[in-house]
Amino acid sequence: MAVSSSSKNNLPDWAYIRTDFPILHQKINGKKLVYFDNAATSQKPLSVINAVSDYYERYNSNIHRGAHYLAQLATEAYERSRQTVAQHLNANSEAEINFVRGTTEAINLVASTYGRQNIKSGDEIIVTEMEHHSNIVPWQLLCAEKGATLKVIPVNDKGELLVEEYLKLLNNKTRIVSVAYVSNALGTIHPVKEIIEAAHQAGAVVFIDAAQAMPHMKVDVQELDCDFLGFSGHKVYATTGIGVLYGKRELLEKMPPYMGGGEMIKSVSFKGTTYNEIPYKFEAGTPNIEGGIALGVALNYIQLIGLDQIAAYEHELLLYGTETLSSIEGLRIIGTAENKSSVISFLINNIHPYDLGVLLNEQGVAIRTGHHCCQPLMDRFGIEGTCRASFAFYNTREEIDQLAESLNRAVHLLS
Amino acid sequence: MNEIEEEIIEEFSLFDDQMDRYEYIIDIGKKLPPLEAKFQANDFLVQGCQSKVWLHAFAKDGRIFYEADSNTAITKGIIALLIRVLSGRDPKEVVNYELTFIDGINLRSHLSSQRSNGLSSMIHRMKAYASAFSK
Repeated sequence: MAVSSSSKNNLPDWAYIRTDFPILHQKINGKKLVYFDNAATSQKPLSVINAVSDYYERYNSNIHRGAHYLAQLATEAYERSRQTVAQHLNANSEAEINFVRGTTEAINLVASTYGRQNIKSGDEIIVTEMEHHSNIVPWQLLCAEKGATLKVIPVNDKGELLVEEYLKLLNNKTRIVSVAYVSNALGTIHPVKEIIEAAHQAGAVVFIDAAQAMPHMKVDVQELDCDFLGFSGHKVYATTGIGVLYGKRELLEKMPPYMGGGEMIKSVSFKGTTYNEIPYKFEAGTPNIEGGIALGVALNYIQLIGLDQIAAYEHELLLYGTETLSSIEGLRIIGTAENKSSVISFLINNIHPYDLGVLLNEQGVAIRTGHHCCQPLMDRFGIEGTCRASFAFYNTREEIDQLAESLNRAVHLLS
Repeated sequence: MNEIEEEIIEEFSLFDDQMDRYEYIIDIGKKLPPLEAKFQANDFLVQGCQSKVWLHAFAKDGRIFYEADSNTAITKGIIALLIRVLSGRDPKEVVNYELTFIDGINLRSHLSSQRSNGLSSMIHRMKAYASAFSK
């Protein structure tokens, strides 16, 4: 693996690290691929790809119940991965790490279990104006079912949360506060520690959607003191269909199960069924075993590079990208928060983002266009959508130059 | 109708570069006559995932005519091409017409498989208008 052989001045050799990602080394429409859709999904290093094929070539087996050798290997690998996740998040114990399909399922799980158990008519749940739909709709469903109210923290013109407005929304009816750590559409990093502290003072629990934070920075659940946190494997260099719900032990233990089935039970009879201990209580059915294993490998991989190094390099890319794109005539960046991850959302004159997306694709550049599953946020800015370029540590300044060049050509065609 | 489609295919065959083909589509879209404001309403909207098309049809002397607009330049060019092929025809002919030029202009992979531009919805709506005018 390229990572281990990094280093001049102890800095990672990013060009060498890039060779760990085979998918990046290809041409699209005859042009070198520039992959800037990392906020939608990240590409996978060889170690992750190999972990999946290794699992199927050597030890594919159902976990936890088999007495045979392969089942043992698979169970050990899967549970070792749970430990890796626990360590990565600095959780108290791996019992607090529940494997789920992704962030969306993590949020739905909490809304359907903790939410249904604890929310009653007249209660309030707080989200922000810049949440992904998956951190809005599950709470809307819960509110509709229970007669509770969804309150929304507004954002300013730079795409930052108005924390003072949030503090005004908190009261003794607030039960749950659910916010993203980092905005997927604009890249704003929210002051989640402050948000959590204030929510706790009001007696509410906090869910942190860390989907866009995990690839870019250290996330420490004890330092944050969040009650729940969810993230998706595929955004953090692991495979699709695996994710994590972290929850504080005392909360998870009191919550009813989410889905019924195998694995989540202690014993089943028609007189009554008893449930397994956490985290298995929330893991009905055969899980995504290779995904769980790949997630551990991916987290080890980024730890090996160093999360601080990744954050610093991606910040450099953000600054360079902001400067480079700002020099394009008529381009305006949507989301200019002081504290941002490596995401640049932009519009050029009155050009529709779709047109730019198609013409960039023709030139080998992959960006995301549209509302980014954040329609309320787009409404806030009075726009239908944006073009979004999101950078990962395998991206380069030269690729940003190629983006700018391709944009100029597209604008020329469209003007 | 085949003649018009052949004409379009030939026009596009003059370009080696995909970007030039797109430039041509965009130019065709720019030449589309403006759609009256009253037709730029939800009743006439064909919604793609990202782009919007407003499509209106009317019958005159037993023939169907289309008018349209879009909020994206490329989609506007596509609808302009569809109009060029289907407008002014006997609606009965349009209902069962199999469009071939989309395959022929080397843009199929970019245009047809993406729900984002709503190409199949556009064709579907054009045929639905034709079907209504055939009765």
